Amino acid sequence: MKKVIVIGNGMVGYKFCEKLVSRSEFKEIRLTVFGEEPRPAYDRVHLSEYFNETGADDLQLASRSWYESHNIDLKTTTMISTIDSIHRTVTDHKGNTYCYDKLVLATGSYPFVPPIPGADKKGVFVYRTIEDLDAIKSYALKLKENGRSTAAVLGGGLLGLEAANAGKELGLETHVVEFAPRLMPRQLDDNASSMLADKITGMGLGIHLNKATKHIAGDDAITGLAFADDTFLSTDMLIISAGIRPRDQLAVSAGLLIGERGGITVDNKMQTSNPDIYAIGEVALYNNMVYGLVAPGYEMAEVAADQICGGDKRMSPSIDMSTQLKLIGTEVASFGDPFIENESVSVITYENKQKGIYKRINISKDGSKLLGGILVGDSSDYNTLFQLYLNEMKLPEDPEVLILGSRDGAGSALGNVLDLPETAQICSCESVSKGSICGAILEGNCCSVKDVITSTKATTGCGGCKPMVSDLVTETLKSMGKTVKETICEHFELNRQELYDLVKVKNIQDYDTALNEFGKGHGCEICKPVLASIFASIHAETANRQPAIQDSNDKFLANIQRNGTYSVVPRVPGGEITPDKLMVLGAIAKKYDLYTKITGGQRIDLFGAQLYELPLIWKELIDAGFESGHAYGKALRTVKSCVGSTWCRYGMHESVTFAINIENRYRGIRSPHKLKGGVSGCIRECAEARGKDFGIIAVDGGWNLYVCGNGGANPKHAILLAEQLDDETCIRYLDRFLMFYIRTAAPLMRTAPWLEKLDGGIEYLKDVIIRDSLGIAGELEEEMESLVDRYTCEWKQAIEDPEIAKRFRHFINAEDPDENISYVPLRDQKMPKPW
Amino acid sequence: MQELLKKYNSVKTFEVKNWFRAGTIDQFPSDSGACVKYNDKQIAVFNFTRTNTWYACQNLCPHRLEMVLSRGMTGDLNDIPKIACPLHKKTFSLIDGKSLGGDDLSISVYPVKIEDENVYIGFTD
Ligand code: SRM
Ligand SMILES: Cc1cc2nc3c(=O)[nH]c(=O)nc-3n(C[C@H](O)[C@H](O)[C@H](O)COP(=O)(O)OP(=O)(O)OC[C@H]3O[C@@H](n4cnc5c(N)ncnc54)[C@H](O)[C@@H]3O)c2cc1C
Ligand code: SF4
Ligand code: FES
Repeated sequence: MKKVIVIGNGMVGYKFCEKLVSRSEFKEIRLTVFGEEPRPAYDRVHLSEYFNETGADDLQLASRSWYESHNIDLKTTTMISTIDSIHRTVTDHKGNTYCYDKLVLATGSYPFVPPIPGADKKGVFVYRTIEDLDAIKSYALKLKENGRSTAAVLGGGLLGLEAANAGKELGLETHVVEFAPRLMPRQLDDNASSMLADKITGMGLGIHLNKATKHIAGDDAITGLAFADDTFLSTDMLIISAGIRPRDQLAVSAGLLIGERGGITVDNKMQTSNPDIYAIGEVALYNNMVYGLVAPGYEMAEVAADQICGGDKRMSPSIDMSTQLKLIGTEVASFGDPFIENESVSVITYENKQKGIYKRINISKDGSKLLGGILVGDSSDYNTLFQLYLNEMKLPEDPEVLILGSRDGAGSALGNVLDLPETAQICSCESVSKGSICGAILEGNCCSVKDVITSTKATTGCGGCKPMVSDLVTETLKSMGKTVKETICEHFELNRQELYDLVKVKNIQDYDTALNEFGKGHGCEICKPVLASIFASIHAETANRQPAIQDSNDKFLANIQRNGTYSVVPRVPGGEITPDKLMVLGAIAKKYDLYTKITGGQRIDLFGAQLYELPLIWKELIDAGFESGHAYGKALRTVKSCVGSTWCRYGMHESVTFAINIENRYRGIRSPHKLKGGVSGCIRECAEARGKDFGIIAVDGGWNLYVCGNGGANPKHAILLAEQLDDETCIRYLDRFLMFYIRTAAPLMRTAPWLEKLDGGIEYLKDVIIRDSLGIAGELEEEMESLVDRYTCEWKQAIEDPEIAKRFRHFINAEDPDENISYVPLRDQKMPKPW
Repeated sequence: MQELLKKYNSVKTFEVKNWFRAGTIDQFPSDSGACVKYNDKQIAVFNFTRTNTWYACQNLCPHRLEMVLSRGMTGDLNDIPKIACPLHKKTFSLIDGKSLGGDDLSISVYPVKIEDENVYIGFTD
């Protein structure tokens, strides 16, 4: 048996194990792995997610039982302190000695702490391990308990910004201090960096450029940073992110060749100056460079594993350093050579200050090759550009469409993803090529994105390639004449549309029957609401008929809030409300001591109602002529209006009247996701109708109807469906459009992504809705008409039926309310006690 | 708030000292939960009508420490009965109280028995 020892169980050390065990030669190998950290290797790239809701286990790359099942002897919390390369042994910090035939150094790097006086003060941290994050989090909590709340990050590079975002997420006022005159100096040019700085400042982070830190002030704990220009920044804690240094001390003591500025020198076989010793990952110096990214590290792991098994795989001569910055609330990417500027290069840039978008591509003068680029504010083109660059693909006639085009829905500049060369590297973290992704499907081993991920590991690194992988899967399946199936959950191997059709054709009336006939098991929080929505759309039933399958908000006909209380949102169609009704809302809010706020949807939200109070409040509202606003449901929310021709001097038509009619027409209708509408009285568009799922704008000669827009996280403007419609035609098209969406969209898919996925896009939609190409227009209208006719206010139902009213008790065996709810004052109102 | 969590400790059937009568079967909605007050504890009781089984756990969600689990949705994951919290949809096994989402949160679970249409929850206090 050949003895192989790995020092370091980080990302790359783990990848080496994974590569080695997959080899047939592994039977002849005894593998021992030493890791200084207390746990098996974890995903450092996604470390910051540890601050959100992710536990340490979620980050783990493989469990201890994985190592056991492959007979790998993993020794965590064990640091190797010396290597004896003559006798081929290593010794750990407790003095135990182990022999090796081949040794792999995967010791990674440590965060560089510049020699600034005071860096040893309390409250100064680095950002590399789970333990670092635990320490940062508990220090931040302590600060907040003592009423202090500022943090600073030293270093405005990739990692520094990620750490700064983490500081902000921890609820601290966070500042970034950078020595260079710009952010991310290694990836961005001046324009990109200043755009990024604006964006980040807008998000509430402080940016301080050109700052050399002289010393860290404070007695015992840090109180601030003193800079060389005699300015001072007060801060209660500091995270240092000033670069990394390879952990090469062991190699020095073993007499291995080390680079001038550190790092263990390796050749393209990953061999060090001692042929029995390999170095991989962030500790290795290849091409005179240390690479602080996982992708090259993974490739090194593969090469070393192959070499040790007697193969002759070599490292690629040049390493790609393209990066996408994640988790800072704005998109940033750079690829290839982002800065290159000389007479054989033309640089194309696009800048939109208002939206905070900057794009730059560097193209060879003859227009044939993409050499590199930068994207800030919108990196949706990254995958496409990156592939064009990496595969040296031919560029379109006018290369500027690469960063300006594609918006008109003309599709990606790549054309079809299947046009990529087989060797195109799609997932660079796991080095998975287009060939292996498509191959897995063509050979019949995989038939879904999930299968492909399991079998190739694509997307499991940084995850940036996910959109392209799923496009490749879909297109390959299509080319084989198969359709891609997204099943709902483990209980139903059907997609929503299939389930919808089955329920309708077989006239299924309740969830249990559906589960017995088409599903298995006992259901879950995913399939239950999907079926609830389908039943509502087909049978026009309210959430009261099958309460057990409603999403928890629908079940109680209200949105649950942070502290377990609920909000009350009555419908105010079109946002028009009489003074009397306003006074009713005021009186009720006062009586039940509810926090009151005008919503972004032109109505009024009353917060802080306890479960048992809901029916009491709603009874009073309904008596005063209000009805449910369905703010809790995947249903029609609001149809926003502007004042229109009744009062506005520019108004072309009566937008309020039309908005009210439409809101009343579609109220209560449930759909795959929520639906919002808007009606503006002229093209000034004060109702922001084009930011809605359907938007109507008055023009000379009628209404223009726009569809499939939304605000939210990925704003999209609605697209013109038809022009100059009269009231009746507009409503007819809307009926057809909404019903078509309700029938065919996936669960929780709003109209904009639905249109994006719709084959043929807006032109196809026009065919179906206007030209009735499927011959279903009549059916769609009838279905909608029947939903409209059968509308009932579900809150009215609830307060009138004593059986339903029982649902709203906190305890089944006592009348008491929940005593754990407590509030703190907020201006002249109140809010839940913070978590 | 952390104090609240300490009130809840899983009970196994053989440890039960006190079978507390929570109500009659028909008071509990089918395939969903309801909350029962026992001294200073809040217990969520779930009636899995489809499989004719009953489970109980603390009403307190360990994620943000709110008294809400009884208002969550029931279901199963590979035949393990589970409850999804209404606030952030974290899911917990009703058999051993462990999180099914891979984090280390967990809830305390209590035995339930049905006798003569009555629902009893088992406690050690
Ligand atoms: C109350 C309100 C904020 C406010 O104080 O103004 C609000 C509050 C919530 N929004 Fe909103 N949104 C509100 C207007 C909006 C708007 C503006 C608008 O409608 O004009 C938007 C952007 C427009 C859009 O939707 O396209 C908006 C985009 C979202 C999104 C993102 C949707 C998306 O497709 O990206 C969510 C998340 C979701 O629905 O999955 C969301 C979800 C939520 C939830 C339901 C989150 C939750 O599950 O608890 C919040 C419920 C609070 C409550 O309990 O009542 N809210 N939300 C607004 C209620 C409007 C109303 O009268 O019904
Ligand atoms: C917050 C953060 C975000 C990042 N984001 C990205 C990103 O988006 N994209 C990207 O490509 N890269 C990113 N990186 C970098 C990436 O994590 C590293 O490139 C990668 O982890 C390097 O792997 P490694 O195995 O070489 O080193 P490490 O993961 O550091 O592993 C080395 C291990 O060896 C152990 N060790 C060291 N000396 C000894 C010894 N003497 N005995 C025993 N054990 C020892 C260490 O404790 C450590 O566990 C990020 C890094 C951080 C910290
Ligand atoms: S944006 Fe909407 S979902 Fe987010 S906090 Fe505000 S109200 Fe809640
Ligand atoms: S409070 Fe229960 S999941 Fe967040």
